Amino acid sequence: MRTRARTLAGATALAMLAAACQQQDPAAIDDPEPTEDETGADDMSPPPDTIEQTTLVLMTHDSFDVDEEVLAAFTDESGIGVDLAPAGDAGATVNQAILTRDAPLGDVLFGVDNTFLSRALEADLFVAYESPELEQVDEQFVLDDEHRVTPVTRGDVCLNYDRAWFEENDVPLPDDLADLTDEAYAGRLAVMNPATSSPGLAFLLATVERFGEDGYLDFWEALVDNDVLVTDGWSEAYYDEFSATGEGDRPLVVSYASSPPAEVYYADPPPDEAPTGVIEASCFRQVEFAGILQGTEHEAEARLLIDFLIGPEFQEQLPLTMFVFPVRTDASLPEVFETHAVLPDDPLELAPETIGEGRDAWIEAWTSTVLR
Amino acid sequence: MDRGLDEHGPAVTLRERAARWLPFTVPALFLAVFFVLPAGTIVLTGLRPEGRLDLGTLPRVLSDPGTLRVAWFTLWQAAASTALTLVLGLPGAYALTRLRFRGRAALRAAVMVPFVLPTVVVGSAFLALLGPRSPVNAASVALLGEAAPTLDLRRTVTAILLAHVFFNYAVVVRSVGGLWEHLDPRLEDAARTLGASRWRVFREVSWPLLRPAVASSAAIVFLFTFTSFGVVLILGGPGRATIEVEIYRATVQLLNLPLASVLALLQLAAVTAALVAYGRLQRRVTRQPLRSAGSTARPPRTVGERLFLAVNLAVIVLLVLAPLLVLVERSLAVDGGYGFAHYRALFSDQRSTVLAVAPLEAIRNSVVFGLAAALVALVVGGCAATAASRPGRAGRVLDRALMLPLGTSAATVGFGFLLALARPPLDLRGSLLLVPAAQALIATPFVVRTLLPVLRSIDQRLRDAAATLGATPRRVWREVDLPIVGRAVLAAVGFSFAIAVGEFGATVFLARGQTPTMPVAIFRLLGRPGVANFGQAMAMSTILMFVTASAVAVLDRLRVGQVGRF
Repeated sequence: MRTRARTLAGATALAMLAAACQQQDPAAIDDPEPTEDETGADDMSPPPDTIEQTTLVLMTHDSFDVDEEVLAAFTDESGIGVDLAPAGDAGATVNQAILTRDAPLGDVLFGVDNTFLSRALEADLFVAYESPELEQVDEQFVLDDEHRVTPVTRGDVCLNYDRAWFEENDVPLPDDLADLTDEAYAGRLAVMNPATSSPGLAFLLATVERFGEDGYLDFWEALVDNDVLVTDGWSEAYYDEFSATGEGDRPLVVSYASSPPAEVYYADPPPDEAPTGVIEASCFRQVEFAGILQGTEHEAEARLLIDFLIGPEFQEQLPLTMFVFPVRTDASLPEVFETHAVLPDDPLELAPETIGEGRDAWIEAWTSTVLR
Repeated sequence: MDRGLDEHGPAVTLRERAARWLPFTVPALFLAVFFVLPAGTIVLTGLRPEGRLDLGTLPRVLSDPGTLRVAWFTLWQAAASTALTLVLGLPGAYALTRLRFRGRAALRAAVMVPFVLPTVVVGSAFLALLGPRSPVNAASVALLGEAAPTLDLRRTVTAILLAHVFFNYAVVVRSVGGLWEHLDPRLEDAARTLGASRWRVFREVSWPLLRPAVASSAAIVFLFTFTSFGVVLILGGPGRATIEVEIYRATVQLLNLPLASVLALLQLAAVTAALVAYGRLQRRVTRQPLRSAGSTARPPRTVGERLFLAVNLAVIVLLVLAPLLVLVERSLAVDGGYGFAHYRALFSDQRSTVLAVAPLEAIRNSVVFGLAAALVALVVGGCAATAASRPGRAGRVLDRALMLPLGTSAATVGFGFLLALARPPLDLRGSLLLVPAAQALIATPFVVRTLLPVLRSIDQRLRDAAATLGATPRRVWREVDLPIVGRAVLAAVGFSFAIAVGEFGATVFLARGQTPTMPVAIFRLLGRPGVANFGQAMAMSTILMFVTASAVAVLDRLRVGQVGRF
């Protein structure tokens, strides 16, 4: 005997199919997808725009995050609600914004970095705005004189190393990128494909800066001979190949300057010393910007959101939500960053215009040299 | 023949005519709005870089040896993956539907789990199983000593093929098995009684009846693997690329839309050719009486049957369950031992950030989106299957057209949504409707494939008899078709739910930040350094597995009316 309840549940599902296909009243079913309204869309739909509150859409990359209380305080104070629209990685976000320029998906974009900045500026994505809060921002990060974009975070891409492995095997740490071609580091390094990974691209740019446009491909050829491993994305390299954090057997990996404090922060109990360290000579500077998107109907509110992004509250919560560093000079760092983070004073760096001119060709040449 | 089916009365009213065309119009509209319009918009944008049609890129890209190499690799790896999946999946389909053994229901639900898992998680499990530290190598060292050869399949084509079997095994098992369990075993028994060997019975009795379902699942597996993205990148290594990978790079990374458009057209041409070939295989359909599922299975009787079952179970354990177990094991691994710390951390709301992933909320979002998508897919696919089961060409064409999205790049569709559905009257920017719509696009072909063979096999005489006795078309459908397709409908719902829950490529483009689904939540956790994040991503994956398996198991147990009693 089958239970009545089962029969009923099954029959309900079938009734919906029957209703749509066989119903005699076409008007009721002309809609290609008649079911959404009945499937709990009620409790998922975004809050309706009320008269007294504007809701801005902030286009970001997937890694964006913010402390709930800090954001709520901004909304309370300004009356501006913020709806987040993550759009893929940094490159994908910028490209989406460019493609949808005529009918923008948001009011403000956060997450364009110095490696993609020139593409965004050339596409004329942003409305210029010079925030009064910029006075407190370290001016070396202000890379656009017209203030079409405002610097918000700094996070360098650096080689990370497995402390335990280097101690146990008594191998000296590389102190220059050129050392990586030594036999001592054969089969020890994992990097990412610059065509598919943003830290991978930053590391390629670091080698372009260090060895010059004439020399970087020779360096990469030597790395290939030294059995460098290329993965598609950061998480495969970091969790599957890096010896300090997963089951991998490579003690050197491309990651971030903020990864060692993250290893401490997310460990239970937190160790006295981070299991990983940073090779300072390999660091490439990454600055992330925000800008007001052309076509927004809420420019005044968007300006307030930009002020908020470089305001002290937002800046000070950056390290523990996005694991990047603030650009504000007066922002204090959390203790775990004070103790375990290394931030080189003078990392490798390329001007956004230089990157814009060379990027695609360098990736293409890299692909031909390393992958084929 | 059977034209009379539609001509059920002399006075055809407008309402009746509308009702007759509805099975065509609903799927056709859905496809037009959510596939043809978005994909067409983005391809045309790419072909008109300066506002004028410029086909200069076309010959340049198509004559590039790099493009040809990628196209060839895409084609042969898809063909090889499909063949391997069929070779392993067909016996599996028989074992899981015609043989009765303990744990069968659980296994049938478990093979659906791979669908929902994000590639990055599966890739990680495969790297562990195929690398030098795998249990296989540990076993061979234990047996042969240190001199044992080390098996390292990371970044090989073999790894890609095995992962494709992992992901697509359920397609074959469930769509072929779904028909197999309804075949009348008396046909086979009769052939056996007349002295035919088992092989001959299969070849001459079962195979002709199963062929449409085999062709269907082969077509789906081919399209899925033809557009493989994450598996190829993670397991094949960055040196290998499919057309899909190149489209993604051109669209998302290089913003080279002319290149992306030409590649998308190349992909479309190949997929259309595959669908035409598949259409030829489908042309001859044998109708046969179907039996209820419960009555066709029996326990294995002979030694040979037990051995057959054992081999199939071994395949399932090694290829489908082992990678899943790796994830479960990792979710429990804590500091040298095992425990539930990662699960506790997931559920204790320690991170008060906006996008902090509260697992219950992510589960709820996944289930709600999944159900919405499954219902959309059921309506669209149910109508399409009804249309395609009728005589005439239009239904068949519609059926093939609905499979095109499976063979189309997620980047093309995802970016196309953003471009095409952003203006009145179709301004769906930021709308949550986009998520189930995109998911249903992928799930609909499964509904059609699951329902169509069953609908087609319904004996037209039953319908005619009912009509002669005065039943309206609606009543004929309810009393004749519905009880027979009942099981298949539930299977289709389970299938599309699983596909929707696992869909990531489009969801990640379209979902708003505050409504993360489970795959999105896993992806976010894996994007951060820290042991706890990795462990929690694995815990979340394990929860996702159980949610899916339970949902499928519940659907499997539902019964509709008195199925099979006719």
